Amino acid sequence: MYPSRFRYEAPRSLSEALDLLKLYGEDAKILAGGQSLTPMIKLRFTSFEVLIDINNIPGLDYHRADSDGTLHFGALCRHSDLEHSELLHRQQPTMAAAAPLIADPIVRNRGTLVGSLCHADPQGDWASVMLALNGEIIAASAEGERVIPVSELVVGPFQNALRQGEIAVEARVPAPKGTVSGDYLKLERRVGDFATVGVAVALESSGSTVSRAGIALTGVGPQNIKATAAEQALVGNSLNSGTIDQAARLAAEAAQPKTDHRGSAEYKRHVVQTFVSRALANRQPARAA
Amino acid sequence: MAQALDEIKIGGLGSSRKRVEDDRFLRGKGNYTDDFKLTGMLHMEILRSPVAHARIKSVDTTKAWQIPGVHMVLTGEMAAQHNLAWMPTLSYDTQAVLATDKVRFQGQEIACVVADDPYIAKDGCEAIEVEYEPLPAIVNPEQALASDAPLIRDDKVGQNDNVCYRWEVGDREGTERAFAQADKISTLRLHYPRSHPSPIECCGSIADYNPATTKLTVYMTTQAPHIIRSAVALVAELPEHMIRIISPDIGGGFGNKVPVYPGYVASILCSILLGRPVKWIEDKTGNLTSTGFARDMYIEGQLALRNDGKILATRFHADTDNGAFFSDAQPSKFKIGLFHSAFGCYDIPYGYQTAQGTYTNKAPGGVAYRCSFRITEAMFFQERMIRAAAFDLGMDQAEFRRMNLVKDDDFPHRTPFGFLLDSGQYEKCLDVALDAIGYQDFLREKEEARSRGRRLGIGISTMSEPLGAGNSREYDIIGIKMFDAAELRVHPSGKAILKIGAKTQGQGHETTFAQIVTHELGIPAPDIVVEHGDTDNTPYGMGTYASRSTPTAGAATAMVSRKIRAKARKLAAHLLEVSEEDVEWELGRFYVRGAHDRGVTIQDCAMAAYSNMPDGLEPGLENNAYYDPPNLTWPFAAYIVTVEVDPETGVWDVLRMVAVDDCGVRINPMIVEGQIMGGMTEAYAMANMQFITFDADGNCVGSNYMDYLLPTAWETPGFELHEVTTASPHHPIGAKGVGECAAVGGPAAFVNAVMDAIDDTGVRNIDMPLLPDRVWEAITYKRDVSGAPPVKTD
Amino acid sequence: MEERRVNVTVNGEPKVADVEPRMLLAHFLREVLGLTGTHIGCDTTNCGACTVNFDGKPIKSCTMFAVQADGHEVETVEGISRASELHAVQEGFKEEHGLQCGFCTSGMMMTAKALLEENPNPTEEDVRWALSGNLCRCTGYQNIVKSVLWAAEKMRSEAAVRR
Repeated sequence: MYPSRFRYEAPRSLSEALDLLKLYGEDAKILAGGQSLTPMIKLRFTSFEVLIDINNIPGLDYHRADSDGTLHFGALCRHSDLEHSELLHRQQPTMAAAAPLIADPIVRNRGTLVGSLCHADPQGDWASVMLALNGEIIAASAEGERVIPVSELVVGPFQNALRQGEIAVEARVPAPKGTVSGDYLKLERRVGDFATVGVAVALESSGSTVSRAGIALTGVGPQNIKATAAEQALVGNSLNSGTIDQAARLAAEAAQPKTDHRGSAEYKRHVVQTFVSRALANRQPARAA
Repeated sequence: MAQALDEIKIGGLGSSRKRVEDDRFLRGKGNYTDDFKLTGMLHMEILRSPVAHARIKSVDTTKAWQIPGVHMVLTGEMAAQHNLAWMPTLSYDTQAVLATDKVRFQGQEIACVVADDPYIAKDGCEAIEVEYEPLPAIVNPEQALASDAPLIRDDKVGQNDNVCYRWEVGDREGTERAFAQADKISTLRLHYPRSHPSPIECCGSIADYNPATTKLTVYMTTQAPHIIRSAVALVAELPEHMIRIISPDIGGGFGNKVPVYPGYVASILCSILLGRPVKWIEDKTGNLTSTGFARDMYIEGQLALRNDGKILATRFHADTDNGAFFSDAQPSKFKIGLFHSAFGCYDIPYGYQTAQGTYTNKAPGGVAYRCSFRITEAMFFQERMIRAAAFDLGMDQAEFRRMNLVKDDDFPHRTPFGFLLDSGQYEKCLDVALDAIGYQDFLREKEEARSRGRRLGIGISTMSEPLGAGNSREYDIIGIKMFDAAELRVHPSGKAILKIGAKTQGQGHETTFAQIVTHELGIPAPDIVVEHGDTDNTPYGMGTYASRSTPTAGAATAMVSRKIRAKARKLAAHLLEVSEEDVEWELGRFYVRGAHDRGVTIQDCAMAAYSNMPDGLEPGLENNAYYDPPNLTWPFAAYIVTVEVDPETGVWDVLRMVAVDDCGVRINPMIVEGQIMGGMTEAYAMANMQFITFDADGNCVGSNYMDYLLPTAWETPGFELHEVTTASPHHPIGAKGVGECAAVGGPAAFVNAVMDAIDDTGVRNIDMPLLPDRVWEAITYKRDVSGAPPVKTD
Repeated sequence: MEERRVNVTVNGEPKVADVEPRMLLAHFLREVLGLTGTHIGCDTTNCGACTVNFDGKPIKSCTMFAVQADGHEVETVEGISRASELHAVQEGFKEEHGLQCGFCTSGMMMTAKALLEENPNPTEEDVRWALSGNLCRCTGYQNIVKSVLWAAEKMRSEAAVRR
């Protein structure tokens, strides 16, 4: 409960933050919402010399949509902003379903979407949502910006693909084509628990035909898993009990669960199948394109 | 005409008066141990073992001593120089304060660092280098009893195995005969998982040894300050009159804050060595990994049954996992608490029980987590067994209970294990609960839902638990008899101060104990202040746990009030100028027999005690009473839960929960209901999510709130409460105690409901907590599911 | 050791202090400012006993460093009543027996107050949802929920009178 010593920097602009990051190199750690990092600091599970707090950088707390439907989420957009977002309720049902299931209501007031993605906890919910939506991260550095697909951001448990000197400044969800629907289902034993299993489903369809499918899994592997085969089984087809069953089966096959105190591997795999099937059958439509 | 006082209006018995203690808590002005700041105070942190079982090869504290701001690094070796490396436990065993030879569980105390602030103390802990030689870890009794098991307690002379006690009670031969005559024998085996009371506030102490006066004052989170003072006097070899224990506001206890923990002792030793106050506040990981666990019991037993449903006998055996040190907090004479209270509410002629305890590489404790010493395990096994037997007989579970419950006119009823149940209306409680839930309707609904693939279930739990230890014939802790005391002073103006040996941790003693005085004397409750928790200023008492405050200290309060009334009667006679025999009492007032208008109030008498006493009468109006209850108290409860189970995921939701409690006369109904709802929530938690387990290496799973799951407002179901009242025949105001009934009897209602929802599978048992994966496994494979450690991992 | 200057408004009063960056906000409130009504219950941001309102929103003060509060407003339990007059939430907890040991109560009330400022007319479900980041071991929550609904009603009727 009593952290080790560190230096603290609170830059007022992104360029100042990048300068500091360059100055301190490997010894620095970025603090955004801090709802995962701070507990690790308190338990002395992580150590570093300089904490660079980006909470004072103005203009990073946005989330907005382009006219084509591309969604942008600033590095300081909090989970609670998303939980109460009219925009998401209108346009992005998978995210709207996931937001209230992140941690607990108080943690959601501080924690951020971008920070969660970078934290790369294999039991994190947002990474599955973003995998299902083909989301991306924008990484800024002194050299400029680059786009990292979320599928490439997470390279292992608690390991991300950001390079030294880079700060993740935005998450992005590409514009959908066609009608959007989706859901996020999470088996948690109580509010604030990590997912025993989480399933994100995001569909785009044209008429009754699925034009794009995103299915990703939480808590059933060393990192969040994109169930590619299950996605492909849906594309070009309409949703019916046959295609739903097949996708659910393929998603279960893609899972790599381990037996632990949250349940057996077999059980978790079974829940993946059940949840994919339920999410596809009961998915929520977007209210507007 | 003099107007009679309205007892409810003045805050007497039966009044739901608002709580006195709320005012400070609502403003953030409570005084919990961590809130005290003494001049010159230093802070202590504890270094804990990361491994479960290992020989300590070396402890190097050099670097810790070098950190600026560090005042003391205390190791086991140093403690040993003061004869404090080990301390006695409440179960006549020994426990390491700071490890010297081996570590015996993960989280065990190795060393302490005292520094200017806790951050620096933690830095100091991190700088200590300990070299371990790992030993195999034992995490359950089966491993402990294996012939090749390593000896955990190699420190104890004559200890050649990992058994810490053996116990038996009952009539073995009679029971065997009854079993021989049975039409049917029903069997059940289960594990009651390890749990932790886990109050939100962790344990802590501020030891303040004054070298000038040689007085030791300890502010600490203890439910039993007086017994702690005696224990500290014995352990630290200090004169008892120079020890003052102050138990300030406590952020929940639930049994966690009864034992003496190494942290308390270490803070005292450090304060003595440094001559300055030393504060130790435990973190949650320390609390969950090292302080008093509860349960962790394997029970197997049988009921001998007649085909018509009559229970002829019971026999059962318990294996307890006691951790590295046998430190169960329980009356000394009983090695497995009051576990033999099982099946008490049923009229069963014969019973025989055996038990065996084992040392394992897990934290010690065995505390009475919201219960009277192992009765939670007893009642859980009883009610799970009763349901299994009804099922085996093909009988309705409610009718099976009704047939076997002790009848109203059978009291007092002696159980085969020797308890004397003195009162109750068991069948009535059951009926009230069945009515409230709509039993027959639900059975139809369940059947109808089943035909459509939905799984509904209903679970019942009925039990009478022994509360209020003790009587001094049978109950003592480290030799000190389990009575309790109260002291009452009535000031000249008629305002009063009551001092009790019990200690609230949220139960509201400051509110309810005044109500007892009000009931006895008619002094309005707001005119009475209740003091507790300071050994210098309160009479001796055994503390608050086992729902014993009202049965013991509450009774003492009534008795001391009666002594005050007796003296006031003399004063009244004097004031009224009549003989004492001609004085009549009504609430708050004496009057002359036959002349109701000629009277004096209790306040008049109080003033007279200081200003106008008759010749020969000692001045003042104060007294004390030590109360030794003639028997335990025997509340009864009927709990019914309905659930729906999702067969695809094993997730179950509570549909309704009905509680009927007969806890005798209710002093403050609002507070009683609060206790029942709190207990019921813990029952739900234990059935659903709350447990501590261990992996094969002895690593604790459940060492923080990320893994030790407590339910939030979102999951916790709503509760429907009902009441039946049968006064205790021996308690002066007829109360029986209530704090733990729901936590004791509740778990079985939840589990029985889930078992009922899967009653077509042939599954007899799923161990708590009924995690979704366990329920799913039971449904899918139609097999019992064990939850015993080590936890399965890939 | 390197200390940082922190300017923070606590319960409406400006406070200035030099603190180590590693000091948690909860410890700053308790140890530096002496506001011990904010409690610390767990190590892992689960229990919510340390909940305070940070720029009007409940946060867990054990999961923020004091230096992060620089330039911000913090409200603790000590700041919600005026003189002898309790806030409606405090009154509600007393009326409906929403507390027992009192340890979680400050955090519960801070969360409840923020909820009612945002949603003056919550349902039981809204209240249970909003409080699901605060753990209580004593009450079983039912009376806490009733307390918050009691406060909501009182605040609504007071607002109606003002109109």
